Amino acid sequence: MWDYSDKVKEHFFNPKNAGAVVDANATGEVGSISCGDALRLTLKVEETTEIILEAGFQTFGCGSAIASSSVLTEIIKGMTIDEALKVTNQDIADHLEGLPPEKMHCSVMGREALQAAIANYRGEEWVDDHEEGALICKCFAIDAVMIEEMVWANKLRTVEDVTNFTKAGGGCASCHEDIEAILEKVLAEKGEKFDPEAAPAVAKPAVAEVKAPMTNLQRIKKIEQVLESLRPALMADGGDVELVEVIGNTAYVNMTGACNGCQMAAMTVAGIQQRLMEVMGEFIKVVPASEMSKLVNIA
Amino acid sequence: MTDIYLDNNATTKVDRAVVDMMIPYFLEQYGNPSSIHKFADGVAKGIKTARQQVQSLIGCEHDSEIIFTSCGTESNSTAILSAVKAQPNKKEIITTTVEHPAILSLCEALEKDGYTIHRMPVDKVGRLNLDAYKKLLSDQVAIVSVMWANNETGTLFPVVEMAEMANAAGVMFHTDAVQAVGKIPMMLQDTKIDMLSLSGHKLHAPKGIGVLYLRRGTRYRPLLRGGHQERGRRAGTENTASIVGLGKACELALEHIEYENTHVKAMRDRLERGITEQIPHCFVTGDMYNRLPNTTDIAFEYIEGEAILMLLNKAGIAASSGSACTSGSLEPSHVMRAMDIPYTAAHGTIRFSFSRYNSMHEVDEVLKVMPGVVATLRKLSPYWDGNGPVANPEEAFKPTYA
Repeated sequence: MWDYSDKVKEHFFNPKNAGAVVDANATGEVGSISCGDALRLTLKVEETTEIILEAGFQTFGCGSAIASSSVLTEIIKGMTIDEALKVTNQDIADHLEGLPPEKMHCSVMGREALQAAIANYRGEEWVDDHEEGALICKCFAIDAVMIEEMVWANKLRTVEDVTNFTKAGGGCASCHEDIEAILEKVLAEKGEKFDPEAAPAVAKPAVAEVKAPMTNLQRIKKIEQVLESLRPALMADGGDVELVEVIGNTAYVNMTGACNGCQMAAMTVAGIQQRLMEVMGEFIKVVPASEMSKLVNIA
Repeated sequence: MTDIYLDNNATTKVDRAVVDMMIPYFLEQYGNPSSIHKFADGVAKGIKTARQQVQSLIGCEHDSEIIFTSCGTESNSTAILSAVKAQPNKKEIITTTVEHPAILSLCEALEKDGYTIHRMPVDKVGRLNLDAYKKLLSDQVAIVSVMWANNETGTLFPVVEMAEMANAAGVMFHTDAVQAVGKIPMMLQDTKIDMLSLSGHKLHAPKGIGVLYLRRGTRYRPLLRGGHQERGRRAGTENTASIVGLGKACELALEHIEYENTHVKAMRDRLERGITEQIPHCFVTGDMYNRLPNTTDIAFEYIEGEAILMLLNKAGIAASSGSACTSGSLEPSHVMRAMDIPYTAAHGTIRFSFSRYNSMHEVDEVLKVMPGVVATLRKLSPYWDGNGPVANPEEAFKPTYA
């Protein structure tokens, strides 16, 4: 059985705003019957203020799909449609006090239904820009489509490459066979053959040759550079990172936006640390800035 | 109301008498069966008795044909890998599309190693085509592996007949019988089945104990090599307490086999009839006229299985579902897909599986709860409108694929 939060159970057992809104002027329908979830979201939008007065859902789906739909209607009621468009799937998951990685797609479905409904209200056609594949890496919630795209775009050849680019396979290792199957498939499409013993196509970033130990200033600048290079990936997930302080070889960072409080934040921090060590060629410890106060107190 | 357990095809409660038999093997007779001292002197005898008890239940000719393993999956892997290893020139395997993952995943792995896997399809009620099967049998086939009873629908395959056909073609035959053993009578010595897998925890023995039946004279290669345990056919220190427990469980299963096919079956039938009469738009999957006495699998259209299970669980009722969401995959159960059950129903399948511990009173309790559960979820479904499905449901609601 899934480890659902109390909030998920609450919204599942007592869903809010179930059913279609009478005289709705916005409807969004998303989902896929083969995957077992589909959602119709209906809204009543006040036309002068563009405030969402009422929201109702009809969902064919599992416990977390119903809970995500229910909490979504609660979140957006009273918002203007512009405000509502800023609601992310992470917001939906956060309101539910988290969802298991396999169930995050339920929150994505909620956000997409909302976008579709607002597009419908505005007389636009909503195009789904997000294709979701089977979940491959459960540790880091990476799906097959994401891996395939990365393999295509970056000419990846080995499981190690895939892990370096997507994090997939960097945890418990149970998905390595699946990743190999994806590599095999994509490489075959490109007319190449997958070789499980190939050297990674993308050489690990060369370890910087450090003649003399870096000064603290050089180190800080370098760390800033690396964080800058990681920022686009974090922002794609709705998060960001900020360097707060560097003491010796410990870098204190603030994870902000969607990263803040995200269950994956700890893994992201580990990923940043790994990247820093590779680039700087020395041991760097990345620690959330919240830990810094403890240090000061001890000192 | 106490909780009602109707998920006995997943696993069963260990019988109290089984636990009682096991305890001395933890606290007194805990010696290694290979040792020569009084902590071990009763163990070999306990294992021997257990072997005979298993032998009686499955009706095999010799007790030495019983190999204790750690589980049904190990027995399945041992059987298939033994057959391919012992016959290195045979590069084909025949199985079915509805086997347990313990067989299907292994076959997939062997496929990558160059084996040709013939996965026989089933019809809409889960039956095989034996003419097609006959055509597949050839001297290229290393082994046929066909389950005796399907874990989801309970549908029985004609394994006795299929083993005869394989034997006539000179092909080895294995059956994954973890769901069948203890629920239907069997007499292996009158069949041509070469290997059979069974699992303790499906018949009121503990988890972590299984058996591979290996017909005398069958070519064999062990999966685990090491010590001389199980005559070198499965190395590793014997799980003595569980072996003894499994023996007792087999003895009890044999005693209750008539009860299983009368009383347990009557409970299942009453539940099934009650549900299909009271609830519109639901149907039984699998072959209703040829299946295990304890299993019914019912598809509730336009709603999703995990949601049904959560509401049932809240009412104190345990069952299971073939929906995608319960397993975290995107596709509903491969068994439902193989029978071509439409997606709007396949995601809403619920399996109720009984044991001799259930009662008619429990059936009545479930019948009180079930209509409300289904109605609650249908009220939320975009495919449902008031008292029935929306007209032309697949057309009326066509969401954007997300």
